[in-house]
Amino acid sequence: MTSTHTPADGVVASGVSIFADALDAQAVPVSRVDWRPPMEGTADDLATVATDPLRVDANRRAAEAMMAVQAMIVDVAPASEVLGLEKGQFLHAGPPLAWENASGPMRGALMGAAALEALVDDPEDAEALFASGQSVSLEPCHHRSAVGPMAGVVSPSMWMWVLEDPTDGRRTYCSLNEGLGKVLRYGAYGPEVLERLRWMSDVLGPLLSKAVRGSEPVNATSILGQMLQMGDEAHNRNRAGTLMLMRDLAPAMVNSGADAADIAKVFEFMGGNDHFFLNVAMPACKLALDAARGIEGSTMVVAMARNGTEFGIQTAGTGDEWFTGPAQIADGLYLGGYGPDDANPDIGDSAITETAGIGGFAMATAPAIVRFVGGSVPDALATTRRMREITLAENDRWPIPVLDFMGTPTGIDVTKVCRTGVLPQINTGMAGRVAGTGQVGAGLVTPPAEIFPKALAALAARTRARQS
Amino acid sequence: MTTSTDHVALRPGAYADSVALLQVSKDVAAVDGVLAAQVAMATELNREVIAQMGFELPDTTPNDMIVAIRLEDPSRLDAALAAVDAALAAASRRSDGEASVEDPPRTIGRALERGDAGLALVSVPGQYAAVEAMDALDAGRDVMIFSDNVPVEQEVALKRVAAERDLLVMGPDCGTAMVDGIGLGFANTVQPGPVGIVAASGTGCQQLMCLLDQAGVGMTAALGVGGRDLSVDVAALSTKQAMKRLDADEATELIVVVSKPPAEEVAADLRAFAEQLSTPVHFALLGKGQPDLTAAAEGVLAALGREVPEWPRWGEPAATPTAGQLRGLFAGGTLCDEAMLLTQDRLGPVWSNIPLDPAYALGSDLQADGPLMIDFGDDGMTSGRAHPMIDPSLRLDYLARTSRDASTSVILMDVVLGHGADADPAATAAPAIRDAIAAARKAGRDLAVVVACVGTQGDPQQLDRQAAALADAGAEVFLSNAQATRRALSLMGAAA
Repeated sequence: MTSTHTPADGVVASGVSIFADALDAQAVPVSRVDWRPPMEGTADDLATVATDPLRVDANRRAAEAMMAVQAMIVDVAPASEVLGLEKGQFLHAGPPLAWENASGPMRGALMGAAALEALVDDPEDAEALFASGQSVSLEPCHHRSAVGPMAGVVSPSMWMWVLEDPTDGRRTYCSLNEGLGKVLRYGAYGPEVLERLRWMSDVLGPLLSKAVRGSEPVNATSILGQMLQMGDEAHNRNRAGTLMLMRDLAPAMVNSGADAADIAKVFEFMGGNDHFFLNVAMPACKLALDAARGIEGSTMVVAMARNGTEFGIQTAGTGDEWFTGPAQIADGLYLGGYGPDDANPDIGDSAITETAGIGGFAMATAPAIVRFVGGSVPDALATTRRMREITLAENDRWPIPVLDFMGTPTGIDVTKVCRTGVLPQINTGMAGRVAGTGQVGAGLVTPPAEIFPKALAALAARTRARQS
Repeated sequence: MTTSTDHVALRPGAYADSVALLQVSKDVAAVDGVLAAQVAMATELNREVIAQMGFELPDTTPNDMIVAIRLEDPSRLDAALAAVDAALAAASRRSDGEASVEDPPRTIGRALERGDAGLALVSVPGQYAAVEAMDALDAGRDVMIFSDNVPVEQEVALKRVAAERDLLVMGPDCGTAMVDGIGLGFANTVQPGPVGIVAASGTGCQQLMCLLDQAGVGMTAALGVGGRDLSVDVAALSTKQAMKRLDADEATELIVVVSKPPAEEVAADLRAFAEQLSTPVHFALLGKGQPDLTAAAEGVLAALGREVPEWPRWGEPAATPTAGQLRGLFAGGTLCDEAMLLTQDRLGPVWSNIPLDPAYALGSDLQADGPLMIDFGDDGMTSGRAHPMIDPSLRLDYLARTSRDASTSVILMDVVLGHGADADPAATAAPAIRDAIAAARKAGRDLAVVVACVGTQGDPQQLDRQAAALADAGAEVFLSNAQATRRALSLMGAAA
């Protein structure tokens, strides 16, 4: 026979076991697929998209475009300057959201930001302001090339990381990380929260800006690759990444001529906040994923984001359309006396890390945090391998040592999620349900399953429209 | 208002990471009598959390571990502290899980990425089959689709993609194939040789292969294409691809295309296609006015310049049966078709669940006053149960009932061997045949049972052994289904 591949090399069998058994009896190597029916109602759409002649090439291009991006840290500057954000304009995490649907932590963060921008004196007064909708507007970070962890609220005076793809000048943005506990992104807005934010705008932002401008551009993509080898998965563990960032920025910061006490305070702040690098990892992931946007026929997910009420995804092949469903409550461990009743549904743009193949997808490389849901190291290895079942590629730039340097599973394929029912695994923090509470725990969460069939239906509709 | 007792203690020098300690706290808080618990390293943040819970804290350094427990009753303290120790021990213990074994692949695409298999075999329910099959084509592999009920537009889409990429889609509804000497689906073990078969008919292909093997002629390959491939909709996409494959194969000296007669335009197109090939093509088209499968096998032998052997038979000629009806009980659809074609020429229209003439469709009781043949492998009979080649129970139940019916004169059956089929069909069929003949005898009738046993010596079940067992039970057994049918018809003619 003239086929390059022959059954003598082995046969993959999906379906009834007797035929696989019959091959065993003929001493032919058989790989048995653990096939199960796809998500309900997806059979026709899956067949349509599977036979779309654009799909394979579109997905290959999308994955390659994403993995080719090198994200360079090029600036730190106020949102008013780099995003053109004006007084009264607020960005938030996740898909579009109206104030009346906003959850407690989202409201708390917006109220705190309104006070930070001096729209109100007391954050509590901001409720009426946002309810009225007068002179304030809300917009997703993603619509401004930005990402924000947890509530992800950005207001004009906040300083932003600016990351750039040197090949085409595209940029992405993210605010500076405040630390853990009672912080704005978890919905807290007390005086200590606002005081810290003011210090970040007055001291931290300008000093980081000097350091970044005074250094060679730092390659965030490269730091991500290194930290994955040092026990960070770059979503819930950013310890090594934070220290590497400090290492890279310290000389220029020291040479900046700034007050030594301020520099010491900045180092203390960065060194005391293991999540500091998260706000660099996120825009680096977004910069990579945005390179895959707008590829007709691609079924790859380019954004997963939650606004505390809804979980939304966007795909490479469906433009800027969001496919949304109710955000879930994470399964995890709680701080202090908090329990599941205190937790807000899933919130934040930080699932951009999983979208890019790290975070929960790289769980195997971060055994230190596998106990979030009482998991074990074998569970972590299994999680990363399981994510490979729903992704298009392995990112060789981000290898995982314990999996024999397998690249992180990268490029979530909507069709594979619908076929297997395996949902993306996201590592996340948990915000308190009540505005002003702050963080109540951390754990694991998945998207609501129904958003994947929704995205698939839109992809299938486009395929049919192209073929008619 | 109940009173509670707080216990706060430091464990200087003890350390566990914060995630482990969250788990420890959760475990301790779950102990009976514990109202709240927090075990944490004494960081600023953790001190604040514990203080907010209402505990009074001593001075600490960040390297201290704080154990803070609120109890319903001081007597519960020992139990709570024991729980702290146990939870801390558990947190530091290595996982006792198995060394991680990789879960099986969930899609054909992943299986092909993880291994180096050369071909995919799909037998998932038909509505899902195209997606799995597409994975194989995307990975540059041929695919066999056993599944039936695949929408025809999906079949066409798959086969177009395959043709563009020079790949082969065998099926949907492809029951048998043999590639590189490996049997796929229901497959007989045959010797290698000069014939390459392209088949739109599963059991038709098996019959042809078994006859040729019996005649000492082997095969390079048997490529199934699915029962609809020669329809106007599908337009022989896979048949052409398979013919091209065999044409390019130096070992293939003769290509045989086995199918029901295709639509006229498809047939003309296919003949023109065959003329472009360098390998001669022999069409074995089954249907009214066409040669039966055995005649087709003999035509192939003639084309190869081989002698036609005496086709084997086993068992003593049956006693002349009591006059009555002919009953055919088949597992193979094409074999049933063939028997009906031969029978209608002699006995008139045949009642069936797959009738040649829709006017003779059987009702759900499967009873008719006239010649009757049932395909127990038809979709309508297999829903919710295995194919009769695998699970004989439905067909053998019907055999038992029919044998007690005074109007039954001759019973014609097929027994199909090969990989995938019942490991020892005679083990159940032989006693059932013996009982059927005995039951008729007891009722004062003579019942004749004729069996077409389609298989080879190389099959796991062994043709000789199966045929001998069936003959020993009182059946006349033939390798040729056409011969078996003619024998049944002659017994009908002789019946008194």
